[in-house]
Amino acid sequence: MIIPAGWEAVIGLEVHCQLSTQSKIFSGSAIAYGAEPNSQASPIDLGMPGMLPVLNVDAVKKAVTFGLSVGAKIADRSVFARKHYFYPDLPKGYQISQYELPIVYEGLLDIELEDGSTKRIGITRAHLEEDAGKSVHEGFQKSSGIDLNRAGTPLIEIVSEPDLRTAQEAVAYLKKLHQLVVYLGICDGNMQEGSFRCDANVSVRKIGAPKFGTRTETKNVNSFRYVEKAIEYEIERQIEVIEAGGTIRQETRLFNPDTGETKAMRSKEDANDYRYFPDPDLLPVVCTEDYIDAIRKSLPELPEAKRGRFVAEFGLSDYDAKTLTSSRELAAYYEAVVAASGAEAKLCANWVATDLLGALNKMSKGIEESPISAEAFAALLKRIADKTINGKIAKDVFEAMVAGEGTADEIIKAKGLVQVTDESAIIAAIDDVIAKNPQQLADYRGGKDKLYGFFVGQAMKATQGKANPDALNRLLKERLAG
Amino acid sequence: MSLSPEQIRQVAQLARLQLNPEQVEPYARQLSNILEMVDRLSSVDTANVSPMAHPLDMVQRLRPDTISETDRRDDYQAIAPETQDGLYLVPKVIE
Amino acid sequence: MHKHSIAELAAGLRGKKFSSRELTQHFLKRIDAHDGALNSYVTITAERALKQADAADAELAAGNAGLLTGIPIGQKDIFCTQGVRTACGSKMLDTFIAPYDATIVEKLDAAGMVMLGKLNMDEFAMGSSNETSFYGPVCNPWDKTRVPGGSSGGSVACVAAGLAPVATATDTGGSIRQPAALTNLTGIKPTYGRVSRYGMIAFASSLDQAGVVARSAEDAAHVLQAMSGFDAKDSTSVERPVDDLVTGLNTSIRGLTIGLPKEYFADGMSAGVRERIEQAIATLTKLGANFKEISLPNSPLSVPTYYVVAPAEASSNLARFDGVRYGHRAEGAKSLEELYKRSRGEGFGAEVQRRIMIGTYVLSHGYYDAYYLQAQKVRRLIYDDFKRAFADGIDLVLSPTATDVAFKFGHNSDDPVAMYLNDIYTIAANLAGIPAMSLPCGFVDGLPTGFQLMGNFFAEARMLNVAHQYQQATDFHTKWPTEYAS
Repeated sequence: MIIPAGWEAVIGLEVHCQLSTQSKIFSGSAIAYGAEPNSQASPIDLGMPGMLPVLNVDAVKKAVTFGLSVGAKIADRSVFARKHYFYPDLPKGYQISQYELPIVYEGLLDIELEDGSTKRIGITRAHLEEDAGKSVHEGFQKSSGIDLNRAGTPLIEIVSEPDLRTAQEAVAYLKKLHQLVVYLGICDGNMQEGSFRCDANVSVRKIGAPKFGTRTETKNVNSFRYVEKAIEYEIERQIEVIEAGGTIRQETRLFNPDTGETKAMRSKEDANDYRYFPDPDLLPVVCTEDYIDAIRKSLPELPEAKRGRFVAEFGLSDYDAKTLTSSRELAAYYEAVVAASGAEAKLCANWVATDLLGALNKMSKGIEESPISAEAFAALLKRIADKTINGKIAKDVFEAMVAGEGTADEIIKAKGLVQVTDESAIIAAIDDVIAKNPQQLADYRGGKDKLYGFFVGQAMKATQGKANPDALNRLLKERLAG
Repeated sequence: MSLSPEQIRQVAQLARLQLNPEQVEPYARQLSNILEMVDRLSSVDTANVSPMAHPLDMVQRLRPDTISETDRRDDYQAIAPETQDGLYLVPKVIE
Repeated sequence: MHKHSIAELAAGLRGKKFSSRELTQHFLKRIDAHDGALNSYVTITAERALKQADAADAELAAGNAGLLTGIPIGQKDIFCTQGVRTACGSKMLDTFIAPYDATIVEKLDAAGMVMLGKLNMDEFAMGSSNETSFYGPVCNPWDKTRVPGGSSGGSVACVAAGLAPVATATDTGGSIRQPAALTNLTGIKPTYGRVSRYGMIAFASSLDQAGVVARSAEDAAHVLQAMSGFDAKDSTSVERPVDDLVTGLNTSIRGLTIGLPKEYFADGMSAGVRERIEQAIATLTKLGANFKEISLPNSPLSVPTYYVVAPAEASSNLARFDGVRYGHRAEGAKSLEELYKRSRGEGFGAEVQRRIMIGTYVLSHGYYDAYYLQAQKVRRLIYDDFKRAFADGIDLVLSPTATDVAFKFGHNSDDPVAMYLNDIYTIAANLAGIPAMSLPCGFVDGLPTGFQLMGNFFAEARMLNVAHQYQQATDFHTKWPTEYAS
C-alpha cells in the first residue's frame, strides 16, 4: 500500500508479551496453555473475597532482563496500580498493572528497513501486569463461557513511541521485538497461543501538521501479517473519513482477520475512565543497583552482537550471519557444529543455512525440532573436511540422514561412499575412459577444451562419484596431456 | 462540591449499580454532604508533601516462582451461580 | 462459666472443673437463650464447635494443650471459614461458602480455640452502629434500644453478653475500638501488618486490620498473641517476630509518658465522657504515668481524609462482586450490563452503595488529584504528627474513643456525615497504621464509655501493659449488664 501523497501515518504499538514463568504473577497457579477450562484458576485468580496477591520473583527478573536488553532505565522503585473496568474475563473488576511508575522506561530498538537502512524506535515503557481470562462464545445459545486459566498470567506491556510511519515499519519493529524476547528466553513467542500480542495505535495527519491526529487503538492483531493489514486498513479508513469531511473518533477497534477490516468495539465504549490508583495490597517493587547488575551480567548475547561476532570470528557474510543468528537456538546449533566438526566455519555456515534450513523448511520444522542433532551434523561435515567424502556425496549422505537412515559414518559405510584417494585406482578409471573415447580424446587434443568437462564427468562416473575431486582433476589433466 | 442527580447516575453507571429512580435524589443529597465534608482537604497546603499510599515503609516481598496450587475447580465452582463444562456463564457478550 | 477470664477458663479445663465440650455447650445454650434478642451471631456452628471441643479435650487429656486450647471464640463474619458461610453482613454474600480459611482462622484453630459461630457486622464493615447489616441490627446488651457500635457490633455484643468469652473483630476506622467503648469491652487494633489480612474480606486494604475484643486487656493479649505473625500470603504482612504480649503485662508503668493531644480534648465529646476520661487520667497518674499535652495539628483532617481513602479503596475492592463466580446474581438478566448492575444494585445495601459511589467519584478522571492524591498527602501529614510525637519521647497517646455513649437506633440513619463523625477519634490510628485500643473507664447514666490508647508501631505489648495495670486498679471492666450477669 502506498500512503496517498501529502499524508502521513503515525503508529505506536503496544505489545503484550507473556512471560514464560512457571506460575502466575500473583498466585501459585500453573500457566500451561490449553489446560481444561478453569483448572488453573485459584481463589486469587478468581478474585475471591479476602484473597491477596504476592509478586512472582521471576516475573520481575524477566521484566528487568527485557529492559536491559533495550538499553532502558530500570526503575529503582516501581508501583503496581489497579486499572478498573467491568468485564467477565477480569475477575476482580480491576487489572493489576503499573501506571505512573513502570518498572522499565526509556528504551530503544533499532529496526532494519527494507532499503537496508536502520531506524531507531523509542520504547516509552514496559510495565508488568496480569493477563485477563478468556471468553468463549462458540457452543452457547444465549451465554458466553468464561475461562480464567489465563487470568493472572504475567505480562509485560511494551509501549513504543509513536515513531513508526508505515505498516512495514511496524512489522519490522514487531519482528525485531519478537526475536528479542524469544532470544532472552522471557517469552515463548507463540503468537497462535497469544503469548505475544499486539495492539496498534494509528493516526494520520497531513505532512507538516504540527500535531498528531486523533488515534484509534486496534486490538487483536496477533500475527505479523494481521498487523500490516490492520494498520493499512486503518490508515486508509482514516484518510477517507477525513477527506470526506469527517472526524476520527478516539476509540478502540477490533481487527477482523476474515474481512481484513477493523470495527469499533461496543464493549469498550465507556472504558475510558479506568480509575487507576496504587494497589494497596502490594508494596513498591525495589530494584537495587546490585540486583540490576547481576541481571545485566547474566544477559545472553543479543542478536545484533552475535551477528557482528559471527562476521568477525567466522568470516561469514553479513547475510549468512543474520540468517544464522535469527534465533538463539539456530546460532547455538551453528556454533556447536563448527566446534564439533573442525570444518571450516564458512563451509559449516553454507551447510546449516542452506541445506539444513532448506530441509527443515520443507518439513515445516524449527531448528529445535531438527532430526539431525548438531553433533550428528558435525560428524557429516567432519567427513568432508577429512576428505572421506566429497561435497557431492555429502549431499546424498545428508538426505539419508534426514530420512533417518543413520549417522553419517553409518551411511557412508553402508553405501560404500568413501572417497577414492588411491591414485592408482583413479588413474585406472581415467585410462579406461580415455581408451573408450578415442574420438573425444583426439578432438580435445585438437583444441576442443570444452571436452574436459566430459572427461571429468565420465571419470567421476567410473568411480561412482567417489573420486577425490582434486586428485581426479590433477591426474586427468596429466593423462589427457599425454 | 455538590453532585447532581445526573452525576449520580453517571457514577452509578461507572460502578455498575442499578439505582431505583427514587434513590437518586437522596443519594445526590447525601453524597453532596459527604463531598462537602471532604472538601476541607482542598485548603490544606500539601505542596511539598509526598503522598502516603501505605502505612508501612516496606518494599514488595517476592514469591518463588513455583506452582503451589492444585486443580480444585469443582470446589470453586460449587458456589458459582451458573457454570457449564467448567466455564462460568454470563449473558452473551457481544463485540 | 461465662464470666471467667481466659486464664481462669484455661485453669478450669486443666483442673477438670469442666471440659471444653461442657464449656462450649454452656455458651451454645446462652446463645440459644439470649441471641434471639441481641442478634449478634449470623451463623452458629454448633456441630463444628463440638467437634473442635472434643479434639481440644483430647489434647488437654494428652497434656499437649496450649493456653487457648478448648476456649470458645466468636469469629466476625468477615473472616473466611472453609465450609461455613461468610456473608460479611451482605446479601451479596448470603450464599458464599469460602473454599478456604482466613489465616487467622487457621491460626486460632491451630491454637485449639473452639469457634462458636460467625458474628454479625455492618455490611462489608461499613458502619458505626451495626445498622447496615443485611442480617438486621445488633442490640447493645447494656440497653437493647441502643446500638452496640460498629462495624464489629456482633463481636462486642456477644462478648459483652457472655455469649462468647472473646471474639475477633476488624478495624478500618474504629470498628473495634468504638463498639468496645460502647459495650464496656477492651478492644485492640494492632499495628497495620501485624495480623494477616489473608482471607479477611477487604474493605479498605491500606487501613484494615484484624484484632480482638475481650473483657480484659489480659484476655485480649492472649488471643492477639495467637493471631499475630508474619504471613507469606499477605504482601503487607510484616516480617518481624511477634513480641511477647503477656509476660510484660505486670510491668510497672511508673515513669511512662503519655501524651494528651489537645485537638482530641477540644469540643466534641460529651461532658460525661470527658469526666470519665479525666478520672482515668487521674488513675494512671496515680500508677506513675506522666502526662504531657501534645499537639497533633492535622488530626482534625482525619475524617475527611478517611472518607476519601476508604471509599476509594472500597469501590475497588468491591468491584469483584459481580454475580459471575460467586455471590448474589440477579435473576433473568438479559445482558451482561444488566447482570452487573442488577446483581450489584440488589446485592449491596445503601451505605455500601454510597461508599462505592463516593469512591468511584473521587478516583474518576479529573477528580483523582483533587481528592485521592490530596487525601494521600494529608494522610502523610497526619502520620508525621504521630511520628513527631513519638520521637519527642511520648510513649503512648491517650484520647477519648467515642464522643458519647451508645446512641439509639435510627439516630443518624439519614445523615451519613453525622454517622461518620462517630469515628473522629479512632480514624487517625488507621491512617497512620499505628496500634490503638479502647478500654472501659466507667459509666454515664448506666451506659459504658471508654478511652483510647495509641502507640508507636509495634507498641502493642506496652499498650496492653498499661491497659492491664489500669484494669488492676479499676473494676469498670468487670461490670456486667444486669440481664446477662447470671
